[in-house]
Amino acid sequence: MGFYLIKRLMLMVPLFIGITIISFAVIHLAPGSPIDLATDLNPKATAEVKARMRAFYGLDKPLHVQYWNWVSRLLTLDFGNSFSQDGRKVADKILERLPITIFINVISLALILIVAIPIGVLSATYKNSFFDKATTVFVFIGFAVPHFWLALLLMILFGVQLGWLPISGLKSLNYEYLPAPAQVWDRISHLILPILISAFGGLAGLSRYMRSNMLEVIRQDYITTAKAKGLSDQAVIFKHALRNALLPVITILGLSIPGLIGGSVIFETIFAIPGMGQLFYASVMARDYPTIMGILVIGAVLTLVGNLIADLSYALADPRIRQA
Amino acid sequence: MIPKESGGQEKLRHLFWKRFRKNKLGLFGGIIVLILFIVAFLAPLISPYDPGQIDIKRVLQDPSRAHIFGTDQLGRDVLSRMIWGSRISLMVGFVAVGIATLIGIFLGSLAGYYGRWVDNLIMRFVDVMLCFPTFFLILAVIALLEPNIWNIMIIIGITGWMGVARLVRAEFLTLKERDFSVAVKALGAKDFRIIFLHILPNALAPILVSATLGVAGAILTESALSFLGIGVQPPTPSWGNILTAGKDNIEIGWWLSLYPGLAILITVLGYNLLGEGIRDAIDPRLKQ
Repeated sequence: MGFYLIKRLMLMVPLFIGITIISFAVIHLAPGSPIDLATDLNPKATAEVKARMRAFYGLDKPLHVQYWNWVSRLLTLDFGNSFSQDGRKVADKILERLPITIFINVISLALILIVAIPIGVLSATYKNSFFDKATTVFVFIGFAVPHFWLALLLMILFGVQLGWLPISGLKSLNYEYLPAPAQVWDRISHLILPILISAFGGLAGLSRYMRSNMLEVIRQDYITTAKAKGLSDQAVIFKHALRNALLPVITILGLSIPGLIGGSVIFETIFAIPGMGQLFYASVMARDYPTIMGILVIGAVLTLVGNLIADLSYALADPRIRQA
Repeated sequence: MIPKESGGQEKLRHLFWKRFRKNKLGLFGGIIVLILFIVAFLAPLISPYDPGQIDIKRVLQDPSRAHIFGTDQLGRDVLSRMIWGSRISLMVGFVAVGIATLIGIFLGSLAGYYGRWVDNLIMRFVDVMLCFPTFFLILAVIALLEPNIWNIMIIIGITGWMGVARLVRAEFLTLKERDFSVAVKALGAKDFRIIFLHILPNALAPILVSATLGVAGAILTESALSFLGIGVQPPTPSWGNILTAGKDNIEIGWWLSLYPGLAILITVLGYNLLGEGIRDAIDPRLKQ
């Protein structure tokens, strides 16, 4: 197991290098340079001043030198300073936003697991029943619904019309004045809609995947053997079929992490949650390149880490993998 | 001249249509797609008003007989904007998927046909690209270029080819060992010819499924980008940017939020059902 872990970690290195190369390439797509942004509207900025600024930022050096400088700074977690008004370090800005995004994503991942797996299993076990057909309809609609539209509709329904749930931010304006239990509910109620939206797409996908997986497993010979041995249906499903059908789900979860992180842009912006996704959106609108690059790299690294955890879990669960 | 597998090709097509016709959901999806095409094509004829016609006296009107889906914050008829918006959605969907499919076919066929280090290199590239949350990548690139419809189409295409590439590679890995490929190579055909004139035509079916489902995804992405304000810019109507107005007027204009979203839902559903229908019809695992 330890050997597998080391092998896996080593595989991450070329992927990380690839991530940095692509991120670096993306920023150098920018027509014009960051200098122009600062000096375009300044009539006193002569060519000489621009040249000095360029040297100061290291933009006159050849590309591979610039790349090397950037990556070595990255490894010390120095993402540079934000181009926006406050000019703070990008790493600080990301760090204060990261926890809430991770929190929401982890909770929605848990929600997806808790809801989708039973639905998938039941749909497969009672194939073509009313439940199965109803969930298939739900899944297909779930694949076609634009998440931001669903967010809008839920906002209108629960926030505006019914007034049951708040629709923006992490806490109410009068949070300080609320008694402690009300404070707890306040926090929770602000997170309900964002988590629902975040989990929605993954729910549809995973339940469908779980269903088709279960159907495959049920067709296997060892299931027929179990039934022939006289085991009850429940034992067959839960002890044998489920465990085998569950394994690939771990990989799927790992693959859905980039989707979850990317999706956080939408619901964080709509619900005004101060997370990494909203910071990304704000940086894009403000053309704050260092922050954009920082979040891009962080997002990809989070995916790498997520996949690593998924692979390790898979190896833990399936001894066959460890042999390889 | 493309030497098809003997006679089997014609029978395959008949078999496909027979199976597809039996799949009611797939047909339903196909009908939705067809209706959408007709609406987009006939937009100038069926649109009740000019989508850009501003009328400040009729700002944010409820749906009525004069304006079936109401008016937006500048008094423009929502139904007309939605009809013209369908053109945008279809165009973005097809061009973006076209680009993604071309890139995917190119890289996938190279990887599948040549194998070894070419395959390794391309697949590592695919893995790296898949590490990035696609939406992040798209937003980052749009931040650097201006948000207009052509950039959107190219970006969605450039970030969406990975699935097709893997698919094509898998097809090539099997197809290149088949008799017809070996035979053509023995006859002295050059690699380029073998890849594009012989093997590729036989791999088209799964690519078609992927492309159909890809159009659905591209439409969703474009509407999300337009909704966030970095996609199709007003006054050009897009279902996404009508929804932006819906968000801005959330308390007083529910129709701006409901109908465009419904249009997106139905369209994407149509393409998804169609794609799944095609996939079921070509599935070699016949359940007979």
